[in-house]
Parts: sequence; structure tokens; C-alpha cells
Amino acid sequence: MKNQSLLLSALKADRGGQVLLGLLAIAAVAVPVLNLGVPEGSLLHLSTYTVTLFGKYLCYALLAIAVDLVWGYCGILSLGHTAFFALGGYAIGMYLMRQIGPRGVYGNPILPDFMVFLNWKELPWFWEGMNHFPLAALMVVLVPGLLALGFGWLAFRSRVTGVYLSIMTQALTFALLLAFFRNEMGFGGNNGLTDFKELLGFDLKTPGMRVALFVTTVIALAVGYIGCRYVIASRLGRVVQAVRDAEGRTRFIGYQVESYKLWIWVFSAMLAGIAGALYVPQVGIINPGEFAPINSIEVVIWVAVGGRGTLYGAVAGAVLVNYAKTWFTAAFPEIWLYALGALFVVATLFLPKGVVGLIPARGAKAS
Amino acid sequence: MIRFTTSLRRCWLAACLAASLPLLAQEPSAAPDQAAAAVASAEAAPAVPTAFPDVLRALGSASLSERAALLNALLATKHPNTAAVLKAWLEDHLHVRDADGEMFITAESDAGDASSFALTDPVTLAASGPESADGFTKVGSNNALRKLLRSAVASFTLGSPDADVRLGAVREMLRAPDDATLALLRERRAAETDAAVQRAIDLGLASADLASDNADLRLAAVQVLSGSLAGEAIAKLEALRDPANETDERVRAAASLAISSISLKRSLYSGIETLFFGLSLGSVLVLAAIGLAITFGVMGVINMAHGELMMIGAYTAYVVQLLLPNHLAASILISIPAAFVVSGLVGIAIERGVVKHLYGRPLETLLATFGISLILQQLVRSIFSPLNRSVATPEFMSGQWVINDALSLTWNRLYIVLFTLLVFAALQLILRRTSLGLTVRAVSQNRAMARSMGINSDRIAAITFGLGSGIAGVAGVALSQLTNVGPNLGQSYIIDSFMVVVFGGVGNLWGTLIGGMTLGVAGKLLEPAVGAVMAKIAMLVFIILFIQRRKQGLFPQKGRAAEGH
Repeated sequence: MKNQSLLLSALKADRGGQVLLGLLAIAAVAVPVLNLGVPEGSLLHLSTYTVTLFGKYLCYALLAIAVDLVWGYCGILSLGHTAFFALGGYAIGMYLMRQIGPRGVYGNPILPDFMVFLNWKELPWFWEGMNHFPLAALMVVLVPGLLALGFGWLAFRSRVTGVYLSIMTQALTFALLLAFFRNEMGFGGNNGLTDFKELLGFDLKTPGMRVALFVTTVIALAVGYIGCRYVIASRLGRVVQAVRDAEGRTRFIGYQVESYKLWIWVFSAMLAGIAGALYVPQVGIINPGEFAPINSIEVVIWVAVGGRGTLYGAVAGAVLVNYAKTWFTAAFPEIWLYALGALFVVATLFLPKGVVGLIPARGAKAS
Repeated sequence: MIRFTTSLRRCWLAACLAASLPLLAQEPSAAPDQAAAAVASAEAAPAVPTAFPDVLRALGSASLSERAALLNALLATKHPNTAAVLKAWLEDHLHVRDADGEMFITAESDAGDASSFALTDPVTLAASGPESADGFTKVGSNNALRKLLRSAVASFTLGSPDADVRLGAVREMLRAPDDATLALLRERRAAETDAAVQRAIDLGLASADLASDNADLRLAAVQVLSGSLAGEAIAKLEALRDPANETDERVRAAASLAISSISLKRSLYSGIETLFFGLSLGSVLVLAAIGLAITFGVMGVINMAHGELMMIGAYTAYVVQLLLPNHLAASILISIPAAFVVSGLVGIAIERGVVKHLYGRPLETLLATFGISLILQQLVRSIFSPLNRSVATPEFMSGQWVINDALSLTWNRLYIVLFTLLVFAALQLILRRTSLGLTVRAVSQNRAMARSMGINSDRIAAITFGLGSGIAGVAGVALSQLTNVGPNLGQSYIIDSFMVVVFGGVGNLWGTLIGGMTLGVAGKLLEPAVGAVMAKIAMLVFIILFIQRRKQGLFPQKGRAAEGH
């Protein structure tokens, strides 16, 4: 009861969050109607392509929230969060590969196509049971969570902080990138996992399924947002913010800084894993390119552009920057990298609070 | 019958050659001793002509089977141009003019244009102008003839005054040795003065002796071969260990002993080679990281655009080479200071424009400089196209330094190692021995204190950043000699560079040097066992774990400076 009131009061004070949750609620209702209810050719019809595109943006937004949680509230700049994102994606990708069954090019009911191609005779042990959705869903959070636990336990315990930690996270995702490129790893090597057919028995290509995935993403984002808000409002969250502002002092007061950092880090990694798991069925492919260090750095820039330490700013940044990317790469492919680069510079130099910082707070205006 | 005449001819050829060698070696331009040649060839093949021009003329109209006899006659003339004719013949550059039956050494008049020939008269060596290839017939050869020709050409070069040429000839002759060539080599061995050639002949003769009927001879041969390093020697000795091939107990035992001795030496040399590869890889890492060690280590600024500054240096080398296409060596030497200046200026611009406003906010600096790196990459794509460019390697850096059969080092890697040490020494001198270095160190240790001592810390920060960036540019020039130059050149090194700096210990150039070399050597040592990618992953994981144990790196800073980081 006390926890509930804690969350409610946190949400009441959070105007940006209210706007975000409102928008998400509208999207969850309007998008299915506009896509499935309005006939094609009508001005109000929303194409399935757009639905998937925005579904993708919202997956990125969930990832951005995960990054903002550790960066904005705990001061850990992770340059390797797409590692967790991609691991979640691979987990669900393995499930989707197993669902193809005998419909693959080689028609092998057990082995995915790439294993047949590599002349493998039996399924590697870590692929066992991945044809069961509950296990795959568990792996989506478990694998990134365990990796984050191991890495964080080592890093935080020995007080690796700041820039060093950032570089270590980048090394982590770089190592995973190299590892997943190898065919011997058993994750499809360079090509990754693709050619998915269905999820839980539903064909992934139908508009209905696309809309269902979109709505699931919206719900996941909303729940993820509320979850993060709750974590921040809780005692854990308040200690974590103290760590961000003065790690040494928090430690001297008597808090075990490492454990607080570790738990918020693991929670964030799990969120990223869920984002990845929602992302893969929508884009239809997961390959080692997702581990690329530049992707992780891009996520950080979404958060920086949107406004770090606000959560809703991360969502705004992820959607804005990715929308801009889609538009630029279609209209002016040459200019996109200039624009992205300039965005990094401008956001850090002139927008320390991001775009949401440009909107004057209501309280400030009144006073 | 045919076999018999062939071997007879070979013996005769060998005898002729052996007789002609001292002459050729001492007086290559001496007039042919025509009388002696006439006697010699008259005995063996009375029908063939003896004078050099006549032999050539006869060769033009002869059938393939007659040409072998004419080849011998040609050798018997001892004419100084014989070698050139034989070489041209072997390379299908000997042609007969259909109109008058004259023989010419031909060359394609323009590169790649086979339709007309530049002609050389084999008797006078006078060149005459291009003529259409249609009016010529090639003086052909078959396998048997080519074999004779090859060994004849090799024996000519065996008399060359240049030891390297002689060594090449010995190797050529040993590719398919027969009694004649072995006899020639024995002859040469007695007169040979160069140690390398002597050794090559000894080993060749010994490996031929392995087939001898005399067990003592075989035993001696095995003992000689045990000093060899070549892989073929092992294969030959391996066969001797089998009682089915070798009946003598002593030879078998000696062969086993020799194999283990050769294998030991070969593994020693391959160890040296791996070490060298590791050092050269480490040098590349050090070069890439040492500029970063200044900007990150000394100034505490995370410069994610460091890789792109290297890329700019590499492109500077490319542009300088475009401007000086005919002076490869000079262009590389010029591009080193040029890249230093260009990258240094870009670095100063970055510092003045962006980094200056972000001191004390390392994470923001990281992001802003990453943005700059994206802009620079795209800029290069727009100017030079996204395709990779290659920078040519000058003569003195290409090829290998062949030390022995088991060990050869590529010159460009050797130069990179030396260059890295040079850059490192120069940087240490600047930081330790100049007043600029003193102020740089002062600012990096305590900016506020340095300012109150009257140091213009803004200016010093810009200069330091420029210095680190300039070193990155110089590293880019070195990289341009190892890989292709492309917009992604920098990106592939940035993580490695950070690893090296962090591993070696921030703010410590010695740490960077030793850290980079250690990582390079360790990576190359792991590579044969687990493959290149796994070696790299292992190194990354190792550093991640290492930093947990010693987060200040191999050489932590001591005293007050340590608290700043």
C-alpha cells in the first residue's frame, strides 16, 4: 500500500511522464484503428510499414530509458548497452528460428538453416528448449541480466568509474561483436538469425500481427517507464541519485554503493534485453552488427538530445533522432552523418538538458 | 635409345659449360675461342655449324629435335652473347624473321602490345626499330629443351660476379638436379668464396647424396643437412627414418637426430618471427595510442576523434603521394611532418572549438568528440569517396629481409617498429627535456596551480592537444603503409588505442609503450592456438578483468597527480 502511494505521488509530480503515458495510451488505441479499421487508400489510413517503423522507434525508446536510468540517475555512462539489447534480441531470435521448423530452405525440422549449411549434425546445447516461448522469454531478461551482473560485480566492486567504465563497456560490446561474428559461436555468424515465420503461432507478416507487436511494444514501454519511475522514487533510486552526485560521500555515510549500482545496472540491462526482444520480431533480423560500439554511442546521444535524467526525455530523444535518421537517410543520405555528428556537438555544448529542457517548467513560470 | 642420347648430350653439355665457366667469369667480353670450339663440336656433332652467327641461322630453320644439338653447338661457341640468346629462347623472346631468316631477340615494343616487336640483333646487340610481329616465327622449345635451357642459363649465371645472382642460380639448378648440374655445382663449390652460396651448394649436394649407394656418404650428407633449416630437408630426412628406405642403422639414427635438431632450430626461429610480428603489431598499437596517451593521459580529455585524426594523417600521406607520384620515398618522408601539421591543426581546432568548453566534464567531451569523429569521417567520404585508397610503399620498405630459410622479416614492419621507438623517444624528450614539456606536465598535474605560477594554461592545453593530434597524424602515415586508407581507418583502432592507454596506466608514456607491446606480442602468441578473432576477444576480456584488479593500469601514477584521475 505504501509502495503504491509512493509510485502514485511520483507519477503525479511527473508532468512529462503523464504526457508520455497519455500519448502512449492514444497510440495504443489509435494505431490499430487507423491501420486495421480505416480502409487502405483513405487519407487517415496508417500503412503497416509506418506501424512497424514506429514500433521500432518505441523499442529504441525503451532502450533509451534503460540507458537514461543508469546514466541520468546513476552517472554510469554505458557505451555498451546495445550488447544487452542485442542479447535479448538473439534470445527471441533463437525462439523464432526454432519456430521455422521444417519450413526452412533445407527443410530440417530441428536444425536452423545456417547449421545445416555449416554441416552441423546436432543442435548445440544452448539451443535446446529454445523452441518453448516461456524459456526464450526468460532468457531475454536472464542472459543480459547475468552478463550485467557479472560485469557490474567486477567493475563496481573494484570501483572502476567514470570514463574508464565507459571504455570498459565499449570493450565488452566490441568483444561480443567479434565473438558473434564467428560461425563457431552457433548464432549464425555474420548473417545472424533471420527469415522468421511466426511468433506463438501467428504469422509475423500479417498486418494484424504487426499491430499486435506495436501495441505490445507500447505497453512494454509504458510499463518500463512506470517501472523505472518506481525504481527512482524508491529508496534504491534515491540512494542511487546520491551516488551519482557524490559517490564518496554516500559511501562514507555507510551505504554499500556497489550493491546499489549493481542492481540498477542489472535492472537496466534487463530492460534493454526486453527492448531487443521486441525489436527483433518487428525488423525480422538480428545480426552481430547490433553489437557495434557505434550503436551504443548513438543510444547515448538519443538520451543526451532528449534530456538525460528525465526518462521521458530519453523517449523523446529516441523517437526524434530516429525519425530524423529515417528522413535524412532517405532524402539526403550524404548529410545524415554530418547532422548526427553536429547533433552530438550541439547537444553537449548547448543543450545540457536536452530538448525537454527547452520547455519551461510550469512551476518555474508561475514563480 | 632416345634416353641414352639425351643423357649423353647432357654430360657433354656439362663438360662444355664447365670448361667455359672460368673464361666467362673472367673475361665476359673476350672474343670466342673459335678454334677450340670448332674442334670440340666437330667431334660430337660433325653436321652442325660452329660459328656463332651460323649456329643462330641454323637454329632458325632447325626442327625441334635438331635444336638440342644446336643448343650444344651454341654453348660450344662460347660467344659472350650466348647467355642472352638462351635466356630469350627460354622466355619465348627469340624470333626468326620470315623474310630473310635472320634471328632476333625480341621484346614487345609497347607494354602489353604484342602486335609489334622491338628487335635486338643477337650478334651485335644493336637494337633496331619496331616491326610488325606478323613477319616473325618464334623459335619454339619443348619440355626437354626447356629443362636443358634452364640449367644452361643457370650455369651461366653461376659464373656471375654478384653473389646474389649466383645464389639464385644455385637454387634454380637444385630445383631439378641431375648428375650434370651436380657435377657443375661441385666444380663451383671449389671456386666459391661467398659463404651463403657455399652453404646452399653444400646443402643441395648433401640432399642429392642422400640417394647415394654408399652409406658413409649418406651419413655425411645427413650430418650436413642437420645444419639446414629448410622444410624440405626435414621431409627428406623423415623418409630416411623408415627402415624400408634406409638399411643402415647409423644413418637412421643420424637422421632422427638431425630432424630433431632442425625442428628445434625451426621452432626457435618461428618463435622469433612470432615475437617480431607481435612487436610490429604492438608498435602499431603504441603509435595509435601514444597520441591518445597525451590527450587522454596527460590532459584527461577523452578524444573519440583520435582515430579520425589518424585517418587524416593517412589521407595526408595519400595526397602528398598524389602530388609527387614519381618520388615515392621522398613523398613518405615529406608526409610525416605534413601529417603532423595537418592533424595537429585539426586537433587544435577541435580543442579551441569544442573541447575547451567541456573541461571537467569528461563524459560530455567523449560524446562531443564522437560527434566530431562522425563529421570528419563523412567529410573524408565526401572529398575522397567512400572507397579505400592505397598508398604505395617505397622501394626501401617493400620486400623482405631474408635472414635464413626459416626466418624472414618484412621491411615495412621492421621500419614501423623503429619508427615507433623514434616517435616515442622524441615525445619523451619533448615532455621531459623542454620547457614546453615542463609546462605541459605542470598544467596536467594541477591546472589552477600552474595558472597561478603564470602559465597560460589555455595556450598550453591547445598546444598539448595539438601535439597529441599531430602524433596521431604521424601514426596515420605509418598505418597507410600497412593497410588501405579509408574513412573507417580510425574507427578500427580507437577501441584498441583506449585499451592500450588504460592497460598501460593513464598519464604514463612508458606504460603505453610497454602496454602496447605486451598486448601485441600476447595477441600474436595466442593467435596460432585460438585464431585471430578469439585472440582479440581474449585480449579484450583480459583487459576488462585486469582493470578490475589494477584500475590504474600497469604503471599507476603516484602522488597528487593520481588524484586528478
